[in-house]
Amino acid sequence: MTSYLLGRVLALAPVMLVVAIVVFLIARFTPGDPIRVLLGEDARPEQVQALRQLHGLDAPLPVQFALWISRAVRGDLGRSLFNRLPVTRTIWQHVGPTMMLSTMALAVALVIGIPIGIASAVYRNSWLDQASLTLVMLGAAVPSFWLGLTLIVVFAVNLGWLPSSGFRPPDEGLWRSVRYLLLPALALGVPNSALIIRFVRGSLLDVIATDYVRTARAKGLAERAVIFRHALRNALVPILTVVGLTFAALMGGAVVTETVFSIPGIGQLVVQSVLRRDYPVIQGVTLIVAASYVFINLLVDVLYLVVDPRVKY
Amino acid sequence: MAERALAMQPLAVAGSRPGAVTLLLRMVRQRRIIGLGGAILLVMLGVAIAAPALAPYDPMDIQAAERLRRPAAAHPFGTDEFGRDILSRTIFGARLSLLVGALVTLVAIAVGTVIGLAAGWSPRADRVIMRIMDGVMAFPDILLAIALMAALGPSLRNVVIALAFVYTPRVARVVRASVLVVVNLDYVDAARAIGARSQRILARHVLANCVSPIIVQGTFVAAFAMLGEAALSFLGVGVPPDTPTWGGIIAAGQLYLSQAWWISIFPGAAVILSVLALNLVGDGLRDFLDPRLRYAA
Repeated sequence: MTSYLLGRVLALAPVMLVVAIVVFLIARFTPGDPIRVLLGEDARPEQVQALRQLHGLDAPLPVQFALWISRAVRGDLGRSLFNRLPVTRTIWQHVGPTMMLSTMALAVALVIGIPIGIASAVYRNSWLDQASLTLVMLGAAVPSFWLGLTLIVVFAVNLGWLPSSGFRPPDEGLWRSVRYLLLPALALGVPNSALIIRFVRGSLLDVIATDYVRTARAKGLAERAVIFRHALRNALVPILTVVGLTFAALMGGAVVTETVFSIPGIGQLVVQSVLRRDYPVIQGVTLIVAASYVFINLLVDVLYLVVDPRVKY
Repeated sequence: MAERALAMQPLAVAGSRPGAVTLLLRMVRQRRIIGLGGAILLVMLGVAIAAPALAPYDPMDIQAAERLRRPAAAHPFGTDEFGRDILSRTIFGARLSLLVGALVTLVAIAVGTVIGLAAGWSPRADRVIMRIMDGVMAFPDILLAIALMAALGPSLRNVVIALAFVYTPRVARVVRASVLVVVNLDYVDAARAIGARSQRILARHVLANCVSPIIVQGTFVAAFAMLGEAALSFLGVGVPPDTPTWGGIIAAGQLYLSQAWWISIFPGAAVILSVLALNLVGDGLRDFLDPRLRYAA
């Protein structure tokens, strides 16, 4: 098992290297000289040259990459061109709201997805199954930002039940905080429940077709016991994989959802940075989000070992 | 039953293959959702092409007296804060959305197929290529597209480049997977045995068997690309804001949400309808084109 884990971690190295190269190259492709941006238009040529040398920008590309990556590994992602603060600190300040939003959205997606997935597998080809299939198709087609605006129109503007936008940190009261995050979590979670419904339905149908479920039925167990005590236990293990997959979708969706609801998270940070042409921040956020996606999927694989005793390496 | 037997008849003739139209008709009859999705897409395409003739108003025409009108006979989708007709703007938005969807799909298929063929054919290339694809797929779609747009600058061409870059690995993976299956089949061995060169085997035999998965994946890429374009335009990092786009109209309506919900709601419905249509076609095709189901009545 230790060697398996070691192998898995080592296999991440090339993927992370590609991630880093992509992020690095995107910054290199960027129009405009970053030094010029830093110093302003009327900088003297010798100033530009000096700063260029200081930042290692006169070195060949591979050397620059090595320099950048060795700093990044130590947590130094440069400074924001906008407010001169270290990028790592800026990102850290915005992580909280995004984590809260993603977690709540994931909860929404699971709360909707698992029961509907179970129901449509158990009552296969019934009207219930058809309805959930329609929901799945719609969920895959609805942009989360549009759903967010629609929820605002209905629940904030017309009914006035929930605030239309903004964010309150949990230390100002958890309930208050949750109230502000409810609509964004729905906007982000509902479309993402589509994948979970599909997964649960497919996985449960596979398990229902196995011999041991037939045995359970043959020995006269109630259908409820067969589904919930026998089939479901094995069918829900693949949910772990969906949670890992959904994470990337949620992080991407959060970028857009945070903009809709003015939530000061990573997504809003990256969109604002694009509009401000603050490249170090864009670079930093992209790198960290991709790295956490890779890490989450590693975590999922490891969790399999814990959850499912049949999985042995 | 009689009808079924009739439909099966042409297949009984050895060696005769159904023509394209016959196949298309059979496909639509067997998988109704392909017909439904296809019909919606055709209407959308017609609307996009005939936009200048269909739109009741000039999408850019500012009418201060008509600002923020609710949906009514004169303006079925209402008007925005400049008095511009939302129906006309949504109709013109279809042009850009469909154009981006089509171009991204073409580029992603062209590049992804070449990459996938190379990876499936040469195990040495495979190791490097698939690591690169894994790396690119570690980014959330929209975030990578945003970062690319930041570097490339806002323009139609760059939206296509950014989204094609994001979705090419999907095509490459699917092509690679089918190549890996096909290269081990006997007829590829046979082709090699009679002395066919690698390029010929790849182009004539292997690629031909990857066409179905490529088509299916292509419809999904088109759906993702249209959603992606809408998101980029919504965030203001897509095509320059003077072109009417669905995402752009939705974003403009966000400021007037409490007074004029219709500005954002209708173009969003257009996005949903087109993406839904593409997914219906994709799902139907996937079921139909599965080689095990092929030609089965």
